[in-house]
Amino acid sequence: MAAEHGGVRERESLGAELEGLDALDAPRVEPEPWLARAWRAAAPKLVAGSLALAAWQLVAWSGWRPDYVLPGPLRVVTQLAAMLATAAFWSAVATTLGRVAAGFAAATAIGTAIGVAVSRSATARRAFGSFLTGLQSMPSIAWFPFAILVFGLSEAAILFVVVLGAAPSIANGLLTGIDHIPPLLLRAGRVLGARGFASVWHVVLPAALPGYVGGLKQGWAFAWRSLMAGELLVIIANRPSIGTQLHFARELSDAPRLIATMLVVLAIGVVVDELLFGLLEQRIRRRRGLIDAGAA
Amino acid sequence: MAQALERENAQPAIRIRAISQTYHDGRSTLQALDRVSLDVAEGEFVCLLGASGCGKSTLLNLIAGLYHVTSGTLDVGGRRVALMFQEPALFPWLTVAENVEMGMRFRGVARQERQATARELLRLVHLDAFGDRRPHELSGGMRQRVALARALSQQADVLLMDEPFGALDAMTRDILHDELEAIWSRTGLTVLFVTHNVREAVRLGDRVVLLSSRPGRVVADVPIGIPRPRNVEAPAVSQLAASITDRLRQEVRRHGR
Repeated sequence: MAAEHGGVRERESLGAELEGLDALDAPRVEPEPWLARAWRAAAPKLVAGSLALAAWQLVAWSGWRPDYVLPGPLRVVTQLAAMLATAAFWSAVATTLGRVAAGFAAATAIGTAIGVAVSRSATARRAFGSFLTGLQSMPSIAWFPFAILVFGLSEAAILFVVVLGAAPSIANGLLTGIDHIPPLLLRAGRVLGARGFASVWHVVLPAALPGYVGGLKQGWAFAWRSLMAGELLVIIANRPSIGTQLHFARELSDAPRLIATMLVVLAIGVVVDELLFGLLEQRIRRRRGLIDAGAA
Repeated sequence: MAQALERENAQPAIRIRAISQTYHDGRSTLQALDRVSLDVAEGEFVCLLGASGCGKSTLLNLIAGLYHVTSGTLDVGGRRVALMFQEPALFPWLTVAENVEMGMRFRGVARQERQATARELLRLVHLDAFGDRRPHELSGGMRQRVALARALSQQADVLLMDEPFGALDAMTRDILHDELEAIWSRTGLTVLFVTHNVREAVRLGDRVVLLSSRPGRVVADVPIGIPRPRNVEAPAVSQLAASITDRLRQEVRRHGR
């Protein structure tokens, strides 16, 4: 018998052979230390930032506008440093960040619920799909007159517009993510017994995560923009915010203060985008093997 | 012989009677299956062989309950059915071990037990050292073994396999044949294995069922008497494979005219 079917492997040698092949196929790769990774990510940005500063300095030196209208970087940075040392500044930042956090959280909850609901039915999709895209492309500043009419000069007016600015992007991002799920994964889920809520929670949402995070990122950008517009338009007494700082700096023609505050607005936007969403996206792509490690 | 008789008398694990399936694709109509009847006995390993367009995958999807039967009857006697696809279809956001746990999660198995079972199954497919890896870090053959472990985690009575080793290199495929055969003989699973590779069918099956193309129809049912374990290069396997290939060629030629 054994001679007739010569070459049949023993179980043990089969295991050894498999393990040999596997070790060749899937070598363990040591991850780069985080400090080196952080530096590799930060260095090009520092270069780009320096170039922008240099260009600004050149324009200031050229005398295109007088110094009290367009101060150079040095005067602005000095002003910024002085501002950072005041409690009033930090209380304004806290107000603004609190508003954007509340607005973004509400927009995430609403946008996600709408996205999941709309994705479940083709009819809902046809009914609300283009409506959502329309809302998304509507400039949020156009909502303010209406918001002020309805809610008065209040926090509610600001929150309303921030949510309207961000939620459609989040819903659309989720829908895009769901549209791009390979049907095979959904079938694999069904074969394994995924039904109803379990299917949404364990298969659909994780599979749609890359698109969803893209939507969150865009939603954040819209929320931040809407909030800045809102804080310039809806000025509430005794509630200093970054927007009111901008407003008063312009009223007082205090150019260094105006530009310093703008730098703060830019910095917050970049930090949240890069550190929160950038790292989240990176992590998702690395885990799913969407980054080509060998690429030049 | 006595065993064979016993099998015939017992209720088959899969009982298919005169199933026809037609697709309507806009203007055109395609008949994928034409009155296919097939019995697969409990614990039997049946290979379903056919050229392209014979509706092999359609049949598996019907048995797995992914498609609705429109004509004919299908009965698995309440058995649990697992399906393995041509591609691994692993969830890329989960580790290898979490992928294997997924089916148990849907069945409400407790975490501890889930993890223990997943470890055991990964050992069975010789991947216990890779439980914490992500699917993309593995080779195609390894991923397909994870998919096998995931299918086994369903503790199904019937395992449907849709050309699971089609995309693998010959050496890996060879090893996986041995592995699948060993698992099958240990667990007493009923396996319905779809392939277009004749040697693979003869290497693995108790029976090879030949389907015609467009529409799919059972044209031959060949019992494989070669004792196990078999080697894909053994002369007996080659001879039988050659004669079945001839039959398959006739089927394909019929469509050339």
